[in-house]
Amino acid sequence: MPNEHNVPALPRIGVYVCHCGTNIAARVDVAAVTEYASHLPYVSVAREYKYVCSDPGQELIKKDIEELKLNRVIVASCSPHLHEHTFRLTTQAGGINPYLFQMVNIREHVSWVTEDSAAATAKAKALVRAAVQRVVFHEELAPKSYPVHPQVLVVGGGIAGIHAALTLANAAKHVYLVEREPSIGGHMAKFDKTFPTLDCAACILTPKMTAVKAHPNITLLTYSEVTRVDGFVGNYRVQVKRKPRYVEENKCLGCLECITGCVYKDARYPSEFELGLGKRKPIYVPFPQAVPLVPVIDAETCILFKSGKCPKGCVKACGDRAAINFDQKEEVLELEVGAIILATGFQTFDAGRLPFYGYGLYPNVYTSLEVERLVNASGPTGGEIVLRDGRRPKRVGIIHCVGSRDDQTNRWCSRVCCMYSLKLAHLIKERTGAEVYNFYIDMRTPGKGFEEFYQRLLDEQVHFIRGRVGEVNDWAAIPEEEGKLIIRVEDTLIGIARRIPVDMVILSVGLEPQADAAEVRKLFNITSSAEGWFLERHPKLAPVNTFSDGIFLAGCCQGPKDIPDSVAQAGAAAAEALALIDKGCVELEPNTAWIDAEHCSGCQACVALCPFTAIRFDAERRVSVLNEALCKGCGTCVAACPSGAAQQHLFLDEELFAEVEGVLA
Amino acid sequence: MKYVYFPGCCIHGSGRHCEEALFAVFEKLGIELEELPDWNCCGSTVYLAIDEPSMFALAARNLALTQKLGEKELFTPCAGCFLALHKTNDYLAQYPKLAEKVHRALAAVGLEYNGQVQVRHLVDILVNDYGLERLQSQVVRKLEGLRVVPYYGCQFIRPYPVFDDVYSPTSMDRLLECLGAEVVPYPLKTRCCGGPLAGMVGEVGYRLNYLLLKEAKRRNADLVVTSCPFCQFNLECYQDEISERYHEDVHIPTLFIAQVVGVALGIPREQLGFRRLLVSPEPALEKIKEVAHA
Repeated sequence: MPNEHNVPALPRIGVYVCHCGTNIAARVDVAAVTEYASHLPYVSVAREYKYVCSDPGQELIKKDIEELKLNRVIVASCSPHLHEHTFRLTTQAGGINPYLFQMVNIREHVSWVTEDSAAATAKAKALVRAAVQRVVFHEELAPKSYPVHPQVLVVGGGIAGIHAALTLANAAKHVYLVEREPSIGGHMAKFDKTFPTLDCAACILTPKMTAVKAHPNITLLTYSEVTRVDGFVGNYRVQVKRKPRYVEENKCLGCLECITGCVYKDARYPSEFELGLGKRKPIYVPFPQAVPLVPVIDAETCILFKSGKCPKGCVKACGDRAAINFDQKEEVLELEVGAIILATGFQTFDAGRLPFYGYGLYPNVYTSLEVERLVNASGPTGGEIVLRDGRRPKRVGIIHCVGSRDDQTNRWCSRVCCMYSLKLAHLIKERTGAEVYNFYIDMRTPGKGFEEFYQRLLDEQVHFIRGRVGEVNDWAAIPEEEGKLIIRVEDTLIGIARRIPVDMVILSVGLEPQADAAEVRKLFNITSSAEGWFLERHPKLAPVNTFSDGIFLAGCCQGPKDIPDSVAQAGAAAAEALALIDKGCVELEPNTAWIDAEHCSGCQACVALCPFTAIRFDAERRVSVLNEALCKGCGTCVAACPSGAAQQHLFLDEELFAEVEGVLA
Repeated sequence: MKYVYFPGCCIHGSGRHCEEALFAVFEKLGIELEELPDWNCCGSTVYLAIDEPSMFALAARNLALTQKLGEKELFTPCAGCFLALHKTNDYLAQYPKLAEKVHRALAAVGLEYNGQVQVRHLVDILVNDYGLERLQSQVVRKLEGLRVVPYYGCQFIRPYPVFDDVYSPTSMDRLLECLGAEVVPYPLKTRCCGGPLAGMVGEVGYRLNYLLLKEAKRRNADLVVTSCPFCQFNLECYQDEISERYHEDVHIPTLFIAQVVGVALGIPREQLGFRRLLVSPEPALEKIKEVAHA
């Protein structure tokens, strides 16, 4: 019920037109709009101000409410996106209900998009008039408060997901960490050293991985995928499918004797983790430090699944522990969480899309990720940098920007390639003494210690050739080039085309959104950029929030970044999630719909249309019933209802009609 | 199957053997050709460098004549014509000012063009319209044992990826494989043959052809096959001069794709323009094992 004290006899409206520095004032005649507004019906005062959102600007409004007994407030300024909330609080602080406020966007909708000053001013006036006519019909509303589930779901077990999960768990919150691969660790687990400090990736990552496994507040769900997400901020219901790994996690001790016992004495199938450079058996752990250290049986290659006939050496080796279970089925879990952190990572660019670099055609053309495995002490060659035929390369070419900064493929800079190329160049030079050539467009080394590392490589006499490589082939023009790969490039610093014969070519592949990023985006109802990176709510001021409340971003799913940035972002996402769930409740916009049972004819049109399954049919009373907690205020039912029984707060018919008439008057 | 045929000037001059082979192959495969009445130069050579709008008007006239016949496709066996006609379609759609000039020129001779005529390439027709399986069933002499370099040339598909990859085309590889030939990996397959340069600025044109021929020899190829009559002319005709200039024997038989298809289809040599060749392919072709057609 409206507060008796605030019930106005007549509307008394205050209108505040903002200059936004020169953002609005340079195009819109703010004084003219203010003057115009002051003569509109029920307007008690109209003022202009340089920055209404500033403290003095807000004080102005509060003072007017008190002194002029205003009961409606309009601010004509920027998009409601950021400051609607600000001004509602101002209105409330002035002593009137925050929903008796209306915002007019004369920046994004007018000054930034209109060339002509007169047209811009006329449009601003029309929008202010619409708001004045509408705000008269505003009612006092109260935000709705709901309790919050204190658990958090983290999707993706790379370094970002691991760090976010540990941060939350250390704050005594329960975390579900879902990872689709058999082990957590992500891309970082594949690296040997990290730039620019050259500390060992495994040495810094493995302790965090084991901490995840050991933490009492983390439920680790590997080999699992999120398949459904319902609910709303603070109250998400999530379905997770656990793929059968045919080894029971709670029984397995991680002795790995089953792998030794497998009927295949030698590993013969390409290892996914080693990118095909190494082999695995049908029963395997992806890498020795895997977490959980529980083998997986790949049904595609396991002889029992293929033929039904196998002596089951793995089962015998496991013995009494009986952890191997060929009858294991896919399992479906239902989780309730208050917040979700997406840390789903990236994929590397498919070098085969640029056939002129010869990837897949010439065996000694590698991607940078493959070379990460080659230089890794636990990799397929034990850290020996050798070609596929076992030779040590004497000359190595590293081609930068493969699938980055390229109109034909991906236009963005992948941010990490310059630095990881330097790192690989250093490691190769150090371990093989080979001549190493970097082919770059621009060297981008803007991080802490990055430029110094670049200088170090220059001092180590690694070669740098500025130019985008045209092609890699085996066209030997002179006898000395026989058996070599030829890198053809325009050296743009000396202005000539060059041929550089090498033994090994490394393609520094860029980062791109995961292949299924679009499906994941839809699943979690968030937005993405045109390229497919998940979109943050604000690029500067809300970098880990999404447009869906309660869903946060961490790591490369939001855009390419290096390990320190991913970890920093994961910490920020964890803090945001913590702020949400620690409060214990969420307040939701009262812009929900309701159904007037007296006018409902029971046609059920709304039930089928509601995208959030917020409406059900009460068969006994033969009317539709709306659950306000699930309603997102999309207005679909309101528009569809043939009898006008469905209505929506802040979008009442009289409010909308008055607004339209105001624009058109 | 029937196509409106745009021969281009080249094939009626230095490329007559190519046209003879083309006609023989199409007749054998039951593909009909109707020569575009009153066609003119595609404009690709000198016009392009001197007077672009005239070049596009020349090319557009051929497309307009095709439209006037009520046809939607125009087939040309020449890579230069293929590119010029394609580019005309693209430029008319992209640049309204140019299109206006061209349309005015066409209107002056009572023609109009709606931009809808598709230009077709010989390899495109054989691989995608006729089909490799069907073609394979017609092969009576598999080219087994023959190491063939597929030379596409720079204008084969660049820059319009209509039916193949711009950087690394493979359709002629597949066509030759379907005939039974062993296709030699050849990284220079889209490198320029120099076009008219061999005849005008020998030191440049010869060098470009020298690199192509030398690499084919280095890879122990028996035969070079081109998709363009003009490339065939360039690569074949200067082999004596190039060998002398660079003190290296670069002689290697060089055939137009239709001639090779003709051999596989069992068409007699005299119908495939072999008598006009300068470097005899006979020693190479003797390598082919006779395979009885099932």
